[in-house]
Amino acid sequence: MKENVRRRDDRTTGHVREAIRKELAADRSGEVDTPETKPADGRPIIELQDVSLAFDVPIIENISLTAKESETIAIVGESGTGKSTILKLMLRLLLPDRGCVLIGGEDITHLSFEEALKVRQKMGMVFQGAALFDSLTVFENVAYPVREHTDLREDEIEERVRQKLQLVDLEPDEVVDKLPSELSGGMRKRVGIARGMANDPEVMLYDEPTSGLDPLTTGTIARLILKLQRELGVTSIVVSHDIRSVFRMATRVALLHDHHIVFSGTPEEMSAAEDPYIRDFLGGA
Amino acid sequence: MSELILRLNAQAKSSVLSIQEYFTLAWNSLRFIFARPFYTQDVIQQMDEIGVKSLGIVLLTGLFTGMVLALQSSVQLQTFGASMYLGRLVAGSMIRELGPVLAGLMVAGRVGSGIAAQLGSMKVTEQIDALNTLGTDPIKKLATPRVLAALIMVPVLTIINDLVGIFGGNIIARFMVGLPTSLYWRTVWEQIASGGFTFRYIPNDFVQGLTKPLVFGAIISITACFFGLRTTGGTEGVGSATTKTVVTSSILILIVDYFLTQLLLSVLQSP
Repeated sequence: MKENVRRRDDRTTGHVREAIRKELAADRSGEVDTPETKPADGRPIIELQDVSLAFDVPIIENISLTAKESETIAIVGESGTGKSTILKLMLRLLLPDRGCVLIGGEDITHLSFEEALKVRQKMGMVFQGAALFDSLTVFENVAYPVREHTDLREDEIEERVRQKLQLVDLEPDEVVDKLPSELSGGMRKRVGIARGMANDPEVMLYDEPTSGLDPLTTGTIARLILKLQRELGVTSIVVSHDIRSVFRMATRVALLHDHHIVFSGTPEEMSAAEDPYIRDFLGGA
Repeated sequence: MSELILRLNAQAKSSVLSIQEYFTLAWNSLRFIFARPFYTQDVIQQMDEIGVKSLGIVLLTGLFTGMVLALQSSVQLQTFGASMYLGRLVAGSMIRELGPVLAGLMVAGRVGSGIAAQLGSMKVTEQIDALNTLGTDPIKKLATPRVLAALIMVPVLTIINDLVGIFGGNIIARFMVGLPTSLYWRTVWEQIASGGFTFRYIPNDFVQGLTKPLVFGAIISITACFFGLRTTGGTEGVGSATTKTVVTSSILILIVDYFLTQLLLSVLQSP
């Protein structure tokens, strides 16, 4: 009986992996724009070196991860494995108990709060719920980082905001005066991306960019992230549960399990992996 | 037994840490008043929120407190044939004590809860994290404008509360006690002058009556920002932060009022 269940599970996992392989093959053939999955040979932009963090219980242990210029790294894993924690460490919203976090070669764990604010200006972050300021309009949300950190004139700010909204496939005239509460989930995510991109950061961090969205909008957001990577060459870190989107967007995938990175490689390498946990993870995805 | 000690130890550490965080927030909020960038627009918006929108509740509180104070006092004063001192009693009570404390409690209830709920919602929807990632210090952007606005507007509301309260006393004195208005206002001024003056021209009653709301304004705004910015646990956490803000700031106002009164009375000795 157990043997039958195991065989059925294996068959299901095999089907899913086969589907992912086919999807990737279709993507490569030009149906959908995909990133280069060759290992990037640019300079390291983000490095985590033997990073550990615990809040009463261990969250992550001895994590090492490097994101090179123009790379898109996806961090995947079960809920509660510390994926979002890694993003917060990169932003220095959290400090590791051990190890170093280097941004552009600079260890940010020793920086003061004010110095950390300056480092964060090089990065754009897209939150799971978009985290738009609900008392501000779409225009004011996207203009916020520009007003905070540049001396641009009002007309230049407006031009920048319109340009960023167009970049995320939003029609500026239709959305600039709306409040976040008047937008759909997908539009909120796009405005979040536009706000993250407002000051042309070197690094974009995405926390579950496709969660809570319908399949069509999920595909749109995934293509959008891919487009930004292609057109602007920003280094991106994507935390996601959505394996299909991850395989479309990422040049490399890191799988977190039991506080450690148990796999790091290209999407093709991951889909071909024989490790039982990876097979289970992809099968359940 | 050892588990109980460990738990008490953890509780004590957590309490000390919270107090430390409270005073760190207070220091940073006040320090950033003088640090660039200045969020002038936010300060004006908060002054409107804290001051102008609290005007109705403060006017009502002041008017009826002054009236009931005059009504109750008139009964006692009539017993001793001292009704003419009604103005002194109402003015002294309103300016030194009731005005600042009642305005403080009203603002704590209306504004403190609002600030805690707003910042708490921002915290649970990651908007505070978003500010951080956009390179903005949330204390400078959110706490400092609220603290500065409260420091300005709570004393202004207290002055209005005092004036309306004394005017309410005048209504009772004129129409229910039969005291001439001119006599009422003369005794009001006698009360103000009898307390002595600071720097020759500033009545000590005014110094006392305006120092308190300044401190209460700081207590209300800092307490609200403190509980708002450390909100966790979704909407339930927001509700909890709001309740804690109103309870803590109200209790702090009453306790600090006592010690402040003792201090001010010893410093501002009448000649």
